[in-house]
Amino acid sequence: MSAAMAAEIHYQTIATLAARLAAGELSAVELMQAVIDRTRAVDDRVRAFNSRDEADALAQAAASDARRSAGEAMGPLDGIPVALKDVIAVEGQPLTASSRMLADFVSPYDATVVKKLRQAGAVLWGRLNLDEFAMGSSTENSAFGATHNPWDLSRVPGGSSGGSAAALAAGEAIATLGSDTGGSIRQPAAFCGVVGLKPSYGLVSRYGLIAFASSLDQVGPFTRTVEDAAMLLQVLAGHDPLDSTSFTAEIPDYRAAVCAGPRSRRLGIPKEYFGAGLDPEVAAAVRAAIAFYAAQGWEIQEVSLPHTEFCLDTYYIIATAEASSNLARYDGIRYGHRSQSAGDVTELYEKSRAEGFGAEVKRRIILGTYVLSSGYYDAYYRRAQQVRTLIRSDFLRAYEQVDALLTPTSPMPAFRHGEKADPLAMYLCDIYTIGVNLAGLPAISIPGGFTQAGLPIGLQLIGRPFREAELLATARNYEQAHDWHQRRPNL
Amino acid sequence: MNYEAVIGLEVHVQIKTRSKMFTRVASGYGHEPNTLTDPVVLALPGVLPVMNKAALDAVIKAGLMLGCEIAPVCKWDRKQYFYPDSPKNYQISQYDQPICLGGAVEIELPGSARNVMGEHKSIPLTRIHLEEDVGKLNHGATDSLIDFNRAGTPLMEIVSEPALRSADEAFAYLTALRAIMVQGGISDCDMEKGQLRCDANISIRPVGQTTLGTKVELKNLNSISFVRDGIAHEIKRQMAVLARGGTIVQETRDYDGQTGASQSLRSKEMAHDYRYFPDPDLMPVQVDQAWKERLRAGCPELPFDRQRRYFTDFQLPYTLTSVLVWDRALAEYFEAAACAAGNDKAQAVGNWIVNDLLRELGQAGLALADSKVRPEQLAELVRLVDTGVLLTGAAKEVFVEMFATGEAPAAVARRRGLEAAPTDAGALEQWCREAIAGNDKARAEFKSGKDSAINAFKGPVMKAAKGKADPKAVDATLRRLLAGD
Repeated sequence: MSAAMAAEIHYQTIATLAARLAAGELSAVELMQAVIDRTRAVDDRVRAFNSRDEADALAQAAASDARRSAGEAMGPLDGIPVALKDVIAVEGQPLTASSRMLADFVSPYDATVVKKLRQAGAVLWGRLNLDEFAMGSSTENSAFGATHNPWDLSRVPGGSSGGSAAALAAGEAIATLGSDTGGSIRQPAAFCGVVGLKPSYGLVSRYGLIAFASSLDQVGPFTRTVEDAAMLLQVLAGHDPLDSTSFTAEIPDYRAAVCAGPRSRRLGIPKEYFGAGLDPEVAAAVRAAIAFYAAQGWEIQEVSLPHTEFCLDTYYIIATAEASSNLARYDGIRYGHRSQSAGDVTELYEKSRAEGFGAEVKRRIILGTYVLSSGYYDAYYRRAQQVRTLIRSDFLRAYEQVDALLTPTSPMPAFRHGEKADPLAMYLCDIYTIGVNLAGLPAISIPGGFTQAGLPIGLQLIGRPFREAELLATARNYEQAHDWHQRRPNL
Repeated sequence: MNYEAVIGLEVHVQIKTRSKMFTRVASGYGHEPNTLTDPVVLALPGVLPVMNKAALDAVIKAGLMLGCEIAPVCKWDRKQYFYPDSPKNYQISQYDQPICLGGAVEIELPGSARNVMGEHKSIPLTRIHLEEDVGKLNHGATDSLIDFNRAGTPLMEIVSEPALRSADEAFAYLTALRAIMVQGGISDCDMEKGQLRCDANISIRPVGQTTLGTKVELKNLNSISFVRDGIAHEIKRQMAVLARGGTIVQETRDYDGQTGASQSLRSKEMAHDYRYFPDPDLMPVQVDQAWKERLRAGCPELPFDRQRRYFTDFQLPYTLTSVLVWDRALAEYFEAAACAAGNDKAQAVGNWIVNDLLRELGQAGLALADSKVRPEQLAELVRLVDTGVLLTGAAKEVFVEMFATGEAPAAVARRRGLEAAPTDAGALEQWCREAIAGNDKARAEFKSGKDSAINAFKGPVMKAAKGKADPKAVDATLRRLLAGD
């Protein structure tokens, strides 16, 4: 029996479980029950879930088993429990964005990624906590309480997809989905010691993803291995006629490409990503990874992304501008929180939004409203769009010399709850991830070691636009030679 | 002091598409409230817009018909303001790059008489852009209900330059614009259903002054007549204000067509900041030459161009053309019949359509599309009259029968025995003699050189012939007898 087979069911990979389900060693219901049992055992400490519908999940698992015993064609994820960040619409299930504003909202429709998961046979499992409306880097900004890092419950799981990363790290799902606007998949993946992939902008449909910043948001997978990420991406990727910003090209076989290995071996190290504020233990892990690739025969080159210093400012102008507009629909009129003490329609707007939104959401709406105001638009929004073009050009220029970039995912490992009370300190957590969103690139965070204190460290690999296959193969190259991804927290 | 009015119109035209502007749910009017909705229309969390290409086709077609420059890229912006009829609290619209720029609407002012063509003017357009309509609020005593059926319907806004100078010009502008939109199949422009809506910006200034006076926006002008009346009323109101030494306040006023009065809705001192920015959910769409040419091929001839062609090709009188060209189906019916009858018979064809066909349709309460008389049958009727097979009175009877049954004119004439009999020359001469003998006064007048006096004899002759005499033969016989008298 292999090591993976010996692991508890709830900690196995999609690849292993799919094979075991196909071989009849395990039923989907047994798998789902194992995940439910694990979740019941640990989630009062981790608090990854906003809501779970165990009966519904077991019914989906039973349906998968019935399909299998009837000899029907099985999907690539048939019977695999996948839990979703609570910003992805599932018909008949709550959709809260971890906000009071949507505390009682139930979605009447499926997101495109949910439709695709259903077609692939996945069991849709639970709604995962996040920073309200995906605004934050710690999952402390949730109206329903913070999520805890399974490696150290006194610490944050990262954010905004903190629930998605923590649930996976704690064995409460086999894979999860998150969304990444400025690092919201990669940073929590790094903090929780799992794989997190942010696909190229346009690769995965946004239809049914609650919008934070439309030009930056992407849905992506959290998995235990790079191979699992490839399997899940295969299901999620592809053009969607309901999303005008979705990409129309052929989707390659990611799993085959990952197993075949990378075709080229030139790795760039952007010098701007190793500046002040980088934790020495994280820096050491990244340097060790560089040494690993060099030892494997990769050509290592230092590259420069000269506009990196403007990423944070650019991001907080564009993201907040779009957010201020996207969140205007939450007004207490058609659905969502409605103030009971409003006298007229203006008061209804003001009070519903004052009561429904948390502090960070309000801060960003106000900032975004300001930068789009008449007289300020040119100085802020238009300027930010111009700088965004320069930031993307930086990356594309680097890709003339190298095939992927290796950086830290986050400047530091998971921090303690309440440690970053200053919003600006929190924003600085994202300095290595937001450039990728501004440039629309694919990037992955993979487990790259542990600190002395036993906290996971994430490595970020950044690829060329729509070249996820090559990126995943590069990541798998490292993963195969290390066992960080096989370690589990003590819970 | 003499003042002149300066008027610009903002016209909203709902585009006739099967589905809405950014989602697949149906567009329509008169349905149960909130039945034409879906997650996109209601702006539920997570939804995204997808452009309806048919709506973009329609506005480009409108732009081509009006001679606009079509932008090479269709770009979308968000216009942001909070109002309960706007589900997203922003409206997807076009801000700095409207799809159509420039262009003009040709108008005709009232002539000196009904049968006299009036002066033509070209009213330049600023722009046309595409956007989505909002829902409708129904205010009750204690609450307001929202119907989102209209929300998301494709809507184009046609903005004229401030080039109109009177209420009559505004009326003529809207009449022409509406005809073009209807004839282009872009909208039915039914103002009662809100398919065409008009706001007017009105100011006055001393004649000769080039700068503009303070403008007042007039809203809720919900019929073309109300537009004319409302503007006339507003011009008078502004003149009265100035006459008593007052100043015009920039404001929005609501005109009530029933009472003929207006009242201030709000002053414009607090200008709205719509915080426009490009919609990140929608990619700009390239509009290439081939796309434009394909749409241009489907553009019908404009009414005034058609009218000019009728003058030159068919020598039609103004009154006939001014009936035919404002209804595309009628004009096309006319052209088909005129083509079948021959261009020299076009006026006769036109007369039959305008006098007889429209009358019968009106009495029967039918539309032209329901007419059983096909254009080529009408042409055949004209030919039968021209060749003397049917006399005018008989032809009218035949037409009524054709209209009722759809039968061919020759068949009706044969069945009803209405064909003109070859006139018996002896009998005709006898009737003519009797008619001349019975009217000495006319006879004397004719002898003294008044040629038209001959007509006085024709009535009695036709009466004696029971209407079946050939008018040409009657005229010839009378002249021969009078000459030899």
